[in-house]
Amino acid sequence: MNVTAIRRDFPILAQQVNGHPLAYLDNAASSQHPLQVLEAIQHYYTHDHANIHRGVHTLSHRATDLYEGARETVRAFINAGSLREIVFTRGTTEAINLVAFSFGQRLAPGDEILITTMEHHSNIVPWQLLCERSGAVLRVAPINDAGELLLDEFVQLLGPRTRLVSVAHVSNALGTVNPVKAIVAAARARGIPVLLDGAQAIAHGAVDVRELDCDFYAFSGHKMCGPTGTGVLYGREAILRDMPPWQGGGDMIRTVSFSGTTYNDLPYRLEAGTPHIAGAVGLAAAIRYLTAIGMANIAAWEAELLAYATAALAQIPEVKLIGTARHKAGLVSFNVDGIHPHDLGTVLDQQGVAIRAGHHCAMPVMERFGLAGTARASFAFYNTTGEIDQLVDAVRVAQRMFA
Amino acid sequence: MSAPAPAPDLQGLYRQIVLDHSRQPRNQRRPEHPDREAEGHNPLCGDKIRVYARLRDDSVEDVAFEASGCAICIASASLMTEAAVGRAVPMVRALGQQFEAALSPGGGHLPGDLAALAGVGQYPSRIRCATLPWKTLLAALDASPETVTTEQMSPSR
Repeated sequence: MNVTAIRRDFPILAQQVNGHPLAYLDNAASSQHPLQVLEAIQHYYTHDHANIHRGVHTLSHRATDLYEGARETVRAFINAGSLREIVFTRGTTEAINLVAFSFGQRLAPGDEILITTMEHHSNIVPWQLLCERSGAVLRVAPINDAGELLLDEFVQLLGPRTRLVSVAHVSNALGTVNPVKAIVAAARARGIPVLLDGAQAIAHGAVDVRELDCDFYAFSGHKMCGPTGTGVLYGREAILRDMPPWQGGGDMIRTVSFSGTTYNDLPYRLEAGTPHIAGAVGLAAAIRYLTAIGMANIAAWEAELLAYATAALAQIPEVKLIGTARHKAGLVSFNVDGIHPHDLGTVLDQQGVAIRAGHHCAMPVMERFGLAGTARASFAFYNTTGEIDQLVDAVRVAQRMFA
Repeated sequence: MSAPAPAPDLQGLYRQIVLDHSRQPRNQRRPEHPDREAEGHNPLCGDKIRVYARLRDDSVEDVAFEASGCAICIASASLMTEAAVGRAVPMVRALGQQFEAALSPGGGHLPGDLAALAGVGQYPSRIRCATLPWKTLLAALDASPETVTTEQMSPSR
């Protein structure tokens, strides 16, 4: 993998920030876009834009072909069995909310939803809202001090009333890669469907939903070099077929009359209104870009970056890593003795290093570790070991400032 | 490893007096019998503060705080306690408004040691760290039962 050549596709990375070369290490929040994605969107708006699924004219046909072509690109990328299983959403958050609203309609008082301590707020709050509506109960499986799911305790929480399991494939705050195959196997052995929040996994290694055997898989375009406002809900067709619509509007209907309305087939039944067509076009371009590099190559390089960063930060005795799971994705969450993460984030920014500081939308994780927040550097395939050196040097400068 | 990066230009934000107050905050304690107290929270970064005040004859006789927060928040709280003690309550309110205005676009004058925080206005993501203690003190003086939060952002901003 030629990172130097790859970086030429990302002009945004080649800039100075506050007088220093930018080291963009906030990829878990949002990744950057290669020219190929920007050009695909520009080309779409320049030549092909119209509304989809309804026009009789040429541009509408072209736009429809591009949008549905993007659906096929997504299907192939995650190896789903059918296009009917690919629902476009605004992002992971909307995908999870879709399941909470639609699948959630079958829940009764006393039913249970099982999540883990390490979930992002978007995999907590939709279930809390569902529990308020339905009288269902939210159960939370604990994690250990390394930030790993306690699998035995998780399995024990699978009960006769558990209606859904929803867990992160990869933790955004800790980097932990969850044992999702074991989770899915345990749940499905009891007939319980599983949603995997793939927001932090999708761009960092191959995802095969049939191999994972999950029932839902949710992810966002903007964390995989695609546009913001795009996302995907994969749903096993047998489950989606029984799920009622969650938003009403155009495109999701077959016939509408005041005496009654009939609904469209999957996946359109779950996609009300004119979608983000250009976003889907950009997302497909991002998937083609990632696929051309190779997901295995991406995973291997990011594992190198993780090992390099972990070793480099270990050279600073005052740095404490939060999240030391055996299986981790390419991110390091850490604190520096005597420096609040917010101050660290500002001092690093002044040296061109972009990281996230705070609770990472995972307040229960911070509570679990007794922290107000952490600093988090998260890597993408276009990052270099030089940028990690820049991070470590910047941490040392912050230490001198606050000494 | 590459050579250490040159020290960043952060003098505007972390002035020596700010660093000093963040390392050794004044009046970081829980007083025995406060007349007023209020809690403030910055959900964005997790800063939390509790501000206590004791009044006598419409003057602020004592101000103290307990907080968990960044250097800017702690230093601002510490400097605030020194600026508020001994002043009439309306004066403290006016000073709080002046403080917030000085950190807003356009800036403004800040008296005494508070001027050390004027540079925070250049760092939009940090302004709320500095204003949280003041918002909380003013809520305490108003005997407001609500927890103060810095997240009341208007769409125009």
